[in-house]
Amino acid sequence: MAWWAGWMARGATWLDQRVGLAGVMMLAKKKDVPVHRHTIWYYLGGMTLFLFVVQITTGMLLLFYYRPSAEEAYESVQFLMATVQFGWLVRSIHSWSANLMILTAFLHLFSVLLMKAYRPPRELTWFSGIGLLGLSMAFGFTGYLLPWNELAYFATRVGTEIVGAVPFVGDFLLRVARGGDDVTGATLTRFYAFHVAVLPGVAFLFLGLHLFLVQKQGMSVPPSIERGGGANRVMPFFPDFLLRDLVGWLTALAVLAALAAFLPAELGDKADPFAPAPAGIKPEWYFMFMFQTLKYLPGHILGIEGEIVGILGFGLAGALLLLIPILDRHTARGQPSKLFTWIGVGVIAYMIVLTYLGYTASPTQ
Amino acid sequence: MVENRPAPETSRRRFIDWLLSRTLTTWLLSTSVGGLLLAILYPAGRYLVPPQAVESTSASVTVPFTPEDLEPNTGEIFRFGSRAGILVRTPTGELRAFSAACTHLGCIVQYRPDVGHIWCACHNGHFDLNGRNIQGPPPAPLETYAVNVRGDQIVVSKGS
Repeated sequence: MAWWAGWMARGATWLDQRVGLAGVMMLAKKKDVPVHRHTIWYYLGGMTLFLFVVQITTGMLLLFYYRPSAEEAYESVQFLMATVQFGWLVRSIHSWSANLMILTAFLHLFSVLLMKAYRPPRELTWFSGIGLLGLSMAFGFTGYLLPWNELAYFATRVGTEIVGAVPFVGDFLLRVARGGDDVTGATLTRFYAFHVAVLPGVAFLFLGLHLFLVQKQGMSVPPSIERGGGANRVMPFFPDFLLRDLVGWLTALAVLAALAAFLPAELGDKADPFAPAPAGIKPEWYFMFMFQTLKYLPGHILGIEGEIVGILGFGLAGALLLLIPILDRHTARGQPSKLFTWIGVGVIAYMIVLTYLGYTASPTQ
Repeated sequence: MVENRPAPETSRRRFIDWLLSRTLTTWLLSTSVGGLLLAILYPAGRYLVPPQAVESTSASVTVPFTPEDLEPNTGEIFRFGSRAGILVRTPTGELRAFSAACTHLGCIVQYRPDVGHIWCACHNGHFDLNGRNIQGPPPAPLETYAVNVRGDQIVVSKGS
């Protein structure tokens, strides 16, 4: 036996007496994962979590150089990218990981939607998941402004103006979101506070609930598999599933490094509140389907301003998405629910088509 | 037989007393908890609402370029207090000024010499040379300003 084995054993005993390692081991042993033809989708949640951890880590590193003011933000990011050793790498990974995290979160949502994993008793898991997706998009929206470049400036102007179009409370919300009537340094400070303090705090609460529920209830087996007699076997979570997770995470890390090296995050021109919006301006890709929809809406629909119709429409769609576990009575009763499958497929198709148009339709005609 | 039970009135009285004390306790507790929450949430809420900034009240501005700087069929953005305005010299040589904030979602518009329109890049909104919204999502025309040329100075003013 190696000389350190004795130390290890003693250390384990010491810890066991204080925190009860046996209980932790029991918990890890108890958890298993059903194996069937859709098992692959179970990895998406863990992948999103991994990318979130990458975000926290790289975000902390960025804080060492970033300065949250209209006068210094752009210059500090420029300094980070050009002068700080590996600054470009940290920022590029933060930017790419953010995009991939939103992508895996969306894929996770769609897989859960189509596999009907939201059905009782997992409604709260669905609600907290939708909350986490909303938080991720809020992270994206607030983080996008922080480099204080031209694209970010106008994206924020438009995004907050949309908030301002909400009936009755819009003006109030707009002022609270902007920290004033216009997008200025005050907006930047506010977004910074949201991005690095408020949103992480709230996200941890939601994430804690989400993970606790997943742990408590285990993985959901899709109704189609259940009707066919259920999963024919299970795999232990520890170590079998976790090791497979790990393979995915290491692959993701390699992909992130490659993306950051070959397609580093851009900075563009510094924001100028007195310059016209540049042609070809667009938001982050995950807002593109909404952005493109707003472009197609006419000035007035039935006497109401087009953008208000669009905003209320998206608000309603979001509320319906949130309430799917309650609305889908068939699945809750264990019956097939073609309607909600088609709604899921329809939503996915709409988002893909509008996003495609957003990147291909001529911006100037 | 001795009746030991209290008279119905007394028991009802006692019940009402009990209920009252209960309600009173609940009321006191809930109001103090409510008061505490209010005392925390109200200042925090007010704190988040930004103070009203003093708006520049000047109704006119001298733009930082001369009439010669502006070729026909071009446009230039200028500062109007804290807002942006656009000064356009039409192909026929006339000077016109508008608010540069698109009436759709507030992006800064620009002059497009190729179509001879004022155009917003954000959502592809078009305005004609009178500031009227003619194509795309903008729901209203651009605010029009008055333009006065005094020598080589251009003065733009709100209202007429």
